[in-house]
Amino acid sequence: MFAYYLDMALLSLRRSKGLTTLMITAVALGIGACMTTLTVVHVLSGDPLPGRSDRVFRATVDPEEIAGYVPGSDPLDQVSWIDGMNLLHARQADRQALMSGGNVAVQPPDASGAEFYTPARYTTADLFGMFGLHFVYGGPWSQADDDGRARLVVITRSLNQKLFGGVDSTGRALQVAGADLRVQGVVDDWAPKPHFHDLDAGSFGDAEQVFMPLTTSRDLQAAHSGSTSCWDSSNSNDADLERSSCAWLQYWVELDSPAKRDAYREFLVAYSRQQHDAGRFQRPPNVRLLDVPQWLDYKAVVPGDVKLQAWLASAFLVVCLVNTVGLMLARFLRRSNEVSVRRALGASRGAIMAQLLVEAAIVGLAGGIGGLLLALGGLWLVRMQPDRYAALAHMDLTMLGLTFVLAVASTVLAGWLPAWRACRIAPALQLKSS
Amino acid sequence: MQIRPILAALRRHKAGTILIALQIALTLAIVCNALFIVHDRIDRVNRLTGMDERNVVTVQNRYVGSTTQFVPQIKTDVQAIRSMPGVESAYATNAFPLRRGGWSTSIQRTAEDRKGEGVSSALYFGDEQTLKTLGVRLIAGRNFTPAEVHSFEREEAPAPAQVIVTKAVADKLFPDGNALGKVVYYYKGKPSTIIGIVDKLTVPWIDADFMDNVTIMPLTFNSTYQFFVVRTKPGQQDAVFKSIANTLYGTSRMRVLPDKTGVRTFEMVRSKAYEADRGMAILMTIVSGVLLLITAAGIVGLSSFWVGQRRKQIGVRRALGAKRSDILSYFLTENFLIALGGVVLGVILAVGMSQWMFTHFEMKRLSLTYVAAGVAILLALGQLAVLAPAMKASRVSPVEATRSV
Repeated sequence: MFAYYLDMALLSLRRSKGLTTLMITAVALGIGACMTTLTVVHVLSGDPLPGRSDRVFRATVDPEEIAGYVPGSDPLDQVSWIDGMNLLHARQADRQALMSGGNVAVQPPDASGAEFYTPARYTTADLFGMFGLHFVYGGPWSQADDDGRARLVVITRSLNQKLFGGVDSTGRALQVAGADLRVQGVVDDWAPKPHFHDLDAGSFGDAEQVFMPLTTSRDLQAAHSGSTSCWDSSNSNDADLERSSCAWLQYWVELDSPAKRDAYREFLVAYSRQQHDAGRFQRPPNVRLLDVPQWLDYKAVVPGDVKLQAWLASAFLVVCLVNTVGLMLARFLRRSNEVSVRRALGASRGAIMAQLLVEAAIVGLAGGIGGLLLALGGLWLVRMQPDRYAALAHMDLTMLGLTFVLAVASTVLAGWLPAWRACRIAPALQLKSS
Repeated sequence: MQIRPILAALRRHKAGTILIALQIALTLAIVCNALFIVHDRIDRVNRLTGMDERNVVTVQNRYVGSTTQFVPQIKTDVQAIRSMPGVESAYATNAFPLRRGGWSTSIQRTAEDRKGEGVSSALYFGDEQTLKTLGVRLIAGRNFTPAEVHSFEREEAPAPAQVIVTKAVADKLFPDGNALGKVVYYYKGKPSTIIGIVDKLTVPWIDADFMDNVTIMPLTFNSTYQFFVVRTKPGQQDAVFKSIANTLYGTSRMRVLPDKTGVRTFEMVRSKAYEADRGMAILMTIVSGVLLLITAAGIVGLSSFWVGQRRKQIGVRRALGAKRSDILSYFLTENFLIALGGVVLGVILAVGMSQWMFTHFEMKRLSLTYVAAGVAILLALGQLAVLAPAMKASRVSPVEATRSV
């Protein structure tokens, strides 16, 4: 039966080529615009920590002075050295890491190679376990290394390839930021998108190639990059950052259960209160604990322009579909005679409906193919754009599937009203009048 | 015009009528808002910096090697650039308009003012050639003298004894208009005297709520990152653009000039700064155009169908004495009535959509001019789209009345 409907549908679609082309074009344009923008949103709202993003939290307290205090306002995103170290050493979470970004000079081991700069992360030991980095050689450093300001680094697989030709370089010496450091381990390349852990380096910024203990980075006077927010009369010069009232470090914790999350929030409040009583903090306790998706949402990582485009494209699709409904109405009603004859010969309303909807589905499928081609072209155009995120705009299997589901489903839905109208025609009346 | 019979006929084509009206309404809502976004972005792209942007070349430079004294090298570099043929003036700085990165702080009128009470200002470091190179107009006071230019280290707060500020800063700090010669504080306890006021100069960012608040300081920042801003003689921009990298490498190889952003004319800086806005404007224009086309095509499609369906009735009217122009005006009027219904709904949708974008995307509210223009465009588009089917209808012969299908 379905094969028969298919034949009928193809036959009728061929009969009015102009109208068919118009419908397919409208669906294709709508689907193409919609899928291009939805793919960009989809890519940008990707989960940078699959499987663990709801267990990893960005934590902060409000250490600022009372002047300029607005109740209900958000605390700073980052923490100061003093608070970061206090929270880190309290060890109230399953894992905790204090970190900052920077650029370090790396001197290749063979003296002939030219020194170059690469993005680095100054962190404490738990980062590797918390963010799920996989070690190819060696392993993470220990808390003792953090406390002992150990002269060591962890490098990525691609940097290891570049510097050591990919062999196990554990234990080898490497000159980083002007000091001889020992390679502690090699991790698989890690380029979370978005660059959630330090959005100051750009939401879709370059991945770090070098990891070194935060304490060591301070000893080496390795300059940190990113924002530094100071209050009272502190200034942000690099040498004083351990003592200054400046927030410049990202603090992350891993909490495996909702109960632990609540407990940790309580701990942050208690810490703030204690610092307040000690005279360091002036404001009432104001803490924030956001998991990775909440954090990305709070920082509006998907650009407003991109969201706006997605909304407009969806509205665009709606117009295209309304247009298709109109054209299908014209097409189906024009075939009143044919429908009446078939009804008079005993075809049920359901059968007519099924046949017309198959026709709509074919239009949807053809529109879907056209839409896919347009979306691929659209994404190519997006990739030509200068934004950091643009290069990521590729269609994955999910979005490919969604293209066809959306195209066929929306067209069949659009065909529903015209088909229903068409099969409600009383056959006798129609036959008589013609 | 016989409106009542048309309305009566439309009641028999409810579904089609509603669909066309709905499509016109949605198209109006989207096109108004899209074109408004285009307008807004074009406004941004055309915003003035206060500079004379012609004949300006910028260089982004990073010194490599030991982090000791960069200042002598900066002086050597600036001297080398100034003595290039075709160069009128040049200076080294941390930032300039549209650079999209820089330094800002708050200015206070007293040393004790608390946070949140100052005036925000971007800081541009420079020297006695800065005003000339940027091409900004000094409206009061004087320029820096070479003796007033000092170098400063990362650990120090940038607070020189003399500063030049924009009129916007002067007016906000001293609404009475007597800013010249006054002492202000960029960092607590360090006084700076306003020795000059320039007409207009914008901050390095393209989005800031203090766009015109800028301070120029006679300072050379001892840092690895330096920008050189160069004004060339008229007609010499290309020559300087091509040779400046070699001039700099000639004084020292210990530097990095990035491939794409190393040496740029100010046109390139401007075009880069507003790339995203231009992209959005182009995209919205295309969306609007395609939508109008689709809507027109839809109207043509449905009207043709109606004409085909009513051939017999048209024949009867013609046989009863209706002129061709009567049939033509019938269909034009019919479309006009549907479109009118559509635009009424569309205006409501457009305003609603703009309100929604206002709350969700911090957009400005839609101006009514755009709504009015959109209404006119869609009514005209409707008439244009229905013209072909209506002409076809008017050519239906009276004989059609006698025919059975």
